[in-house]
Amino acid sequence: MGPADDTDAVREARLHHAELTETAEDLYDNAPCGYLSTTPDGHIVRINATLLRWLGYEHDQVVGHMRFADLLTVGGRMYHETHLAPLLLLQGSVHSVALEVRTADRRRLPVLVDAVVKEASDAGPSLVRIMVVDAADRRAYEVELLRARRQADLERDRLQELATTLQRTLLPPALPGVPGLEIAAYYHSASVEEIGGDFYDLFPLAHDRWGFFLGDVCGKGPGAAVLTSLIRYTLRAAAVYDSDPVSVLTTLNTSLRQERGTTSTSWCTLIYGVLVPADPGFTVTLASGGHPPALVVPRDAAVEAVDTVGGQPVGLLSRPRFRTVTTTLRPGDGLLLHTDGLTEARRPDGTMLDEDLPALVAELPRGTARDVVDGLADVLSSLGPGLVDDTAIMVFTASDR
Amino acid sequence: MSVAGSAGGPTLLFAHGFGCDQSMWRLVAPAFERDHQVVLFDHVGAGGSDLSAWSPTRYASLDGYARDVLEICEELDLRDVVFVGHSVSAMIGVLAAAREPDRFAGLVLVGPSPRYVDDPPYRGGFEAADIEELLESLDSNYLGWSAAMAPAIIGNPDRPELGEELTNSFCRTDPSIARHFARVTFTSDNRDDLARVGVPCLVLQSREDVIAPLEVGEFVHSRIPDSTLVVLDATGHCPNLSAPDQVVAAIQDWLPALAVA
Repeated sequence: MGPADDTDAVREARLHHAELTETAEDLYDNAPCGYLSTTPDGHIVRINATLLRWLGYEHDQVVGHMRFADLLTVGGRMYHETHLAPLLLLQGSVHSVALEVRTADRRRLPVLVDAVVKEASDAGPSLVRIMVVDAADRRAYEVELLRARRQADLERDRLQELATTLQRTLLPPALPGVPGLEIAAYYHSASVEEIGGDFYDLFPLAHDRWGFFLGDVCGKGPGAAVLTSLIRYTLRAAAVYDSDPVSVLTTLNTSLRQERGTTSTSWCTLIYGVLVPADPGFTVTLASGGHPPALVVPRDAAVEAVDTVGGQPVGLLSRPRFRTVTTTLRPGDGLLLHTDGLTEARRPDGTMLDEDLPALVAELPRGTARDVVDGLADVLSSLGPGLVDDTAIMVFTASDR
Repeated sequence: MSVAGSAGGPTLLFAHGFGCDQSMWRLVAPAFERDHQVVLFDHVGAGGSDLSAWSPTRYASLDGYARDVLEICEELDLRDVVFVGHSVSAMIGVLAAAREPDRFAGLVLVGPSPRYVDDPPYRGGFEAADIEELLESLDSNYLGWSAAMAPAIIGNPDRPELGEELTNSFCRTDPSIARHFARVTFTSDNRDDLARVGVPCLVLQSREDVIAPLEVGEFVHSRIPDSTLVVLDATGHCPNLSAPDQVVAAIQDWLPALAVA
């Protein structure tokens, strides 16, 4: 026998001795958690010393006199009746339910409760065994988490509200009524938290004419909102002095160039136009600054783009080129302006709508401006997550007068 | 929603209370399947319901839930329905029957309470502060619910093993919905609606129930014109689980009287 064997033998003897001194009774009573057993309807039939010490009760005050629910706060009792008790009956056990027990001196002690039903057998009746773990530290931490989460929820709600309100101020609350013209617009914001950069408006000019525009600022968020606001009042003011579309876009270009450096983004694409009543219908003169072309939706002919290709974005270059086109809207004819959110929306198969936008519009019911906008809105809402960008649509239809 | 039992028979429509889901009826409903069409459903926000159908405005009061009951009746074209409502659903049934009495042959109210908060001399059993404590209790079990797990519970009724991995799943729901439902439930006052019930009612009351005490059951019985009170030898708020045989027997004893009436 070597010295190493001696050590092993001694260690084994010591372990054996320690095991012998752990009695089941002591393990139960002085466990590091609370234990109690109740009848199926909750009357406490046994409770360990640890739990009695936490609660500050004597054994005889509890056993035979109290039910488990009596140890809980009133709110905890309601939770017990509506959740814990039915769960025990449904699944025979519950795991990690957070409750608060009321101590003899009326303090509240946060605990976590696990319980199992011991089925009736020859050895005895059915009982519920409940383990109670002190969760004061954990609960303090959870309260912090909850508080932080509530705060975050609140902040998010406020941010959304702010963004929504601001967005509304950037769009006309209602488009004016124009005799002989039906007007409808659609706006979809891709994010409830971030302000989009799409905009449109329609407003009266002198001599029975009407100005309108629809465009898209580069970027989104606060910078885009500042720029959108600047663009709206610049366009409206410029149109009062000289409503010629190229003059208006040139004035806007000058303004935006002056803003360079003060905002994070300083250019946009848009279509600006003027509606002049003709008899019948309207004459439309429009100019595009790098914007996707408008579509003419005639009452009884094919849908086609108004050729404004070649116009350059507004605010980028010192002397941009803009394309002017004049077209006629006879009664029943429509004009559709949109931002690239519409054309870049993706179908479930990955294709983009722009690949055949005229064909898509041609399939829509050819009716009032509202019918066309509603038809497109239905298509877009059916795309769900495929609608990734902000989208603005404005449609005019000359009515029969 | 699930429909079972004998399709041609009279319909029993079971509605669960605040806390858990339609599993609350699993020891009661099957007893009626031989002679009745048995319809079970989860209230919107609970159990296997579509959480996206929940809205704080529609469910701002128990009326929203009562409208759901009537919509189920309409959808399934149910007539002469015997509505069996536990806990808060007892009052939901009262509201539904007051709104469209022609749909219903009778109501079974298990553990009903028209008002939980005391309003002397009326005693509901709770003070307003107790309700706040319950909301705290719901909040402290908030972290036991994981949004990531929710689709596993609610989106896969055909794959129950997903749900079983989650403990306490019968009584799990989105915490913000649970909190809202708790507030609507425990702050409602439907005492004046009781007299508007024009169909026969069976009130089933546990001998001991801290949520809806005996005197509340007696109050309900006294206010509903044509009602029968049966006190069950049961304790707790869920006799449908703790004493299902008594609940079944009481309903079976009462149903024939309904047919005669």
